[in-house]
Amino acid sequence: MPTQSVPASLVPERSFQGLILALQHYWAAYGCALLQPYDMEVGAGTFHPATILRSLGPKPWNAAYVQPSRRPKDGRYGNNPNRLQHYYQFQVILKPSPKDFQELYLKSLYAIGIDPENHDIRFVEDDWESPTLGAWGLGWEVWCDGMEVSQFTYFQQVCGQDCAPVTGELTYGIERLAMYVQGVDNIYDLNFNGGEGEARVSYGDVFLQAEQEYSRYNFEYADTEALTRHFEDAEKECQSLLDAGGMAQPAYDQCIKASHIFNLLDARGVISVTERQSYILRVRNLSTQCGEAWIKTEAGGADA
Amino acid sequence: MPDLLLELFNEEIPARMQARAADDLKKLVTDALVEAGLVYESAGAFVTPRRLTLSVTGIPATQPDVREERKGPRVGAPEKAVEGFLRGCGLTSIDDATIQTDPKKGDFYVAITEKKGAAADKVIAEIIPAIIGKFPWPKSMKWGRGNLRWVRPLHSVLCLLGEGEDAQVVKFEIGDVTSGNTTKCHRFMAPDEFTVTGFEDYEAKLAKAHVILDAQHRRDTIAHDAKQLAFAKGLELVEDKGLLAEVAGLVEWPVVMMGNFDEDFLEVPPEVLTIAMKSHQKCFSLHDPKTGKLANAFILVSNLVAKDGGKKIVAGNERVINARLSDARFFWQLDLKTRLEDQAKKLEKIIFHEKLGSQSERIDRLQSLAGKIAAIVDADPEQAKRAASLCKADLVTEMVGEFPDLQGLMGRYYASAQGEDGAIAQACEMHYKPQGPSDEVPTQAISIAVALADKLDTLIGFWAINEKPTGSKDPFALRRAALGVIRIILENNVRLDFADVLQSHLKLYQDQRAPGFGKEFEPATLQSFFTDRLKVHLRDRGINHDLIDAVLSNSDHDDLVMIVKRVNALNDFIKTEDGTNLLAGYKRAVNIVTIEEKKDGPGIEYSGEVDESFFEHDEEKNLSAELKTAKAAAATALKIEDFSAAMAAMAPLRGPVDAFFDAVIVNADDPIIRRNRLCMLNQIRKTLGQVADFSKIEG
Repeated sequence: MPTQSVPASLVPERSFQGLILALQHYWAAYGCALLQPYDMEVGAGTFHPATILRSLGPKPWNAAYVQPSRRPKDGRYGNNPNRLQHYYQFQVILKPSPKDFQELYLKSLYAIGIDPENHDIRFVEDDWESPTLGAWGLGWEVWCDGMEVSQFTYFQQVCGQDCAPVTGELTYGIERLAMYVQGVDNIYDLNFNGGEGEARVSYGDVFLQAEQEYSRYNFEYADTEALTRHFEDAEKECQSLLDAGGMAQPAYDQCIKASHIFNLLDARGVISVTERQSYILRVRNLSTQCGEAWIKTEAGGADA
Repeated sequence: MPDLLLELFNEEIPARMQARAADDLKKLVTDALVEAGLVYESAGAFVTPRRLTLSVTGIPATQPDVREERKGPRVGAPEKAVEGFLRGCGLTSIDDATIQTDPKKGDFYVAITEKKGAAADKVIAEIIPAIIGKFPWPKSMKWGRGNLRWVRPLHSVLCLLGEGEDAQVVKFEIGDVTSGNTTKCHRFMAPDEFTVTGFEDYEAKLAKAHVILDAQHRRDTIAHDAKQLAFAKGLELVEDKGLLAEVAGLVEWPVVMMGNFDEDFLEVPPEVLTIAMKSHQKCFSLHDPKTGKLANAFILVSNLVAKDGGKKIVAGNERVINARLSDARFFWQLDLKTRLEDQAKKLEKIIFHEKLGSQSERIDRLQSLAGKIAAIVDADPEQAKRAASLCKADLVTEMVGEFPDLQGLMGRYYASAQGEDGAIAQACEMHYKPQGPSDEVPTQAISIAVALADKLDTLIGFWAINEKPTGSKDPFALRRAALGVIRIILENNVRLDFADVLQSHLKLYQDQRAPGFGKEFEPATLQSFFTDRLKVHLRDRGINHDLIDAVLSNSDHDDLVMIVKRVNALNDFIKTEDGTNLLAGYKRAVNIVTIEEKKDGPGIEYSGEVDESFFEHDEEKNLSAELKTAKAAAATALKIEDFSAAMAAMAPLRGPVDAFFDAVIVNADDPIIRRNRLCMLNQIRKTLGQVADFSKIEG
């Protein structure tokens, strides 16, 4: 985003939302469809159907979006300066992965105020794998002055299917980036809206109470019996939608739901080591079938 | 002769794969060149995060011509035979074949095909794409719409062949890349494409544009600059070769800088600080010689000569390091709040092995075995049991969860912190040792007891469930465990009754698991596993396996300390002149007895006593007397386990044995005298056999 057109309060160095806007502007200008967060609880931006389903099949697809990510186990009752059970990821999906993917990414960093002449940016091996999604890819974590600021992945398999063409995925940890750009050590001190004085809204103003409440819920109060039932319901629903056919996306919603319930149960500490593996396999079984169903649809490229 | 320059330019290659990739590239290309008849002078491979480069000098401009002769049927052979021959050699008419004459077979057809050698660039244009297409990366991937597999997307290939300025591009295509004569330098400091004419030009242009091609050169630069920087601040670099190699694989242009962290973190054990900075941030620790402790500073290696002199880079790294160390301190303080015996309770939920039960069941066994061994090594059995009960508790601490490499060490820290006896705290760390042939061996009695218990429990358990190492597969590191037992026992003179330990420990397993547990367990196979490991261990110390066999075949296999004492004494003796000669005499004696016994048929042996009344020569009398003396002296020495003395008792036999063979004819005409002499030879075997089976010794 050209700096002169941005109000001072929305410069990424000053506001969290300014950073989001800058990334959105950059990738929208590149030609990405700018999507909104998926309206379900997910553990990472990858779960959004705009990533998982759209990375399957032959059709080109470029999209970018912010996705709230929930990791029940990471909650710290608001006491930890950089660990939360709810945070944002900025996700970019380019299919097929363009030849200048790394360059495009680096320019997006410049767009949010990270100047390549003074910062040490490095691509350090970090391969990605999601057992529940039957997915893996190769890539890096990107370091800026020793801090991991993004994940960079070339998907090789998703839902058990080989990716052809290959999708390139970028995940920015935007709170971290914002802390870096704003020079803040505690996440709750981030300036959210770029306002000063009375007008200033901090990240803590928006999320601190939520972290405290959800940590209690995740670790202490979530009804595990009900959750176990919900898991089974979601699993059943997913399977019956798949069996009925023609509903790959609603089926996938149920798969996401099952995955999140599994995370909640895990945070409550009621899943033993052996059970854990079996839960993962159950979700994987669903996601794999959803992928198979998706590639039989028009958007999945069945007619291509 | 032309030189070849090949550069494969790609997105960042994982550091751990780089060295191997350079070696593979060199081997694959040079092997293929030689295979194609292009024998080169020299080759060198280089690797940075973004490029894999090979320089091969002195390649012939063309392949040698190949002439092939194929013999065919005789002239006038049936038409079918001739047709088949023509088809086989690709000739169209029999007129293309030559006729040769053989004095025996007469005239016959010969097909001579001459293949002109291809130009080197043609050959290389085929070799390289084939090698790229099936390069042995540990993990490879596809990208975009392509089908090529490579470690990360391949952007360009530079391939030049020729001499100096005349080098030409070797043209080929691989994936969506066409080979050319251009590449790029440093990603940020010199991003523009440039043209290359040959290796020297290439290396020089890279160096000018912030890329050090040679990984060793990058390592040297980092090590040198880091030491200088530390020295300037009165500090010392904590050297770490693995980290150095990794860091050199993360940068093309290393820029070494120093940062600081909050002094308060120094309350955390130094090993924790070092591993936190190393594993997460790839930073080196610094040591302060004035305090003898870690300094609150670190060395970072960046890939950029920053405009601001590196201020922002250092500040950024300091923030991350402080956050990492803050996590580490949090784990340290949290762990200190729980006593190890309470941590140990959590081991119930941790499976050691599906068939061998939980970690806490293992702890129960370790306590019992460590207590038993303690009595042998003069340690207090109660202390040994206490140490065994705590030694695995650190596995469930936050710190070991975060840094598994710190297992044992954290146990020691936490045990000391909760006021355990020093020997117990030490055992928490030392019972894992030795981890290999050069690792430290525990020397303190409690540590010895727990370390032996730990390893023997593992060996006996896995043997009982028949999970033995096979070939190169040893998933539970049982060879290492056995070597550990051997080293501990030998270096500390532990006299362990293996048979007894095996028996009682198996019983313990059976009490815990099921009465039928380890039914098929054969102690002998575990003992011979130890023997094999012992041979490997001694071989590494320059002692031949035949000496071990010589000792093993006439002593109790159980007692490793005794075996090795005997082997050493034997080794020393065999090296002396007396020893070598006596061995020769021994072999001669045994050979004669064996041959004669065989000649005389089954049932005949010369094991009887020697009868002095049949002696005809002084040499016989003398040898007989010496044998008796030696026998008695050796027996006395063996009783007090003085194996050198037992060997020394044998030394005086050399003269009399040699003299006997010089003066006496064994196979005398008189059968009684012959028999007596053969019995004498057998006495030589018996006498020497007291100390070792000399027949097993080679040479």
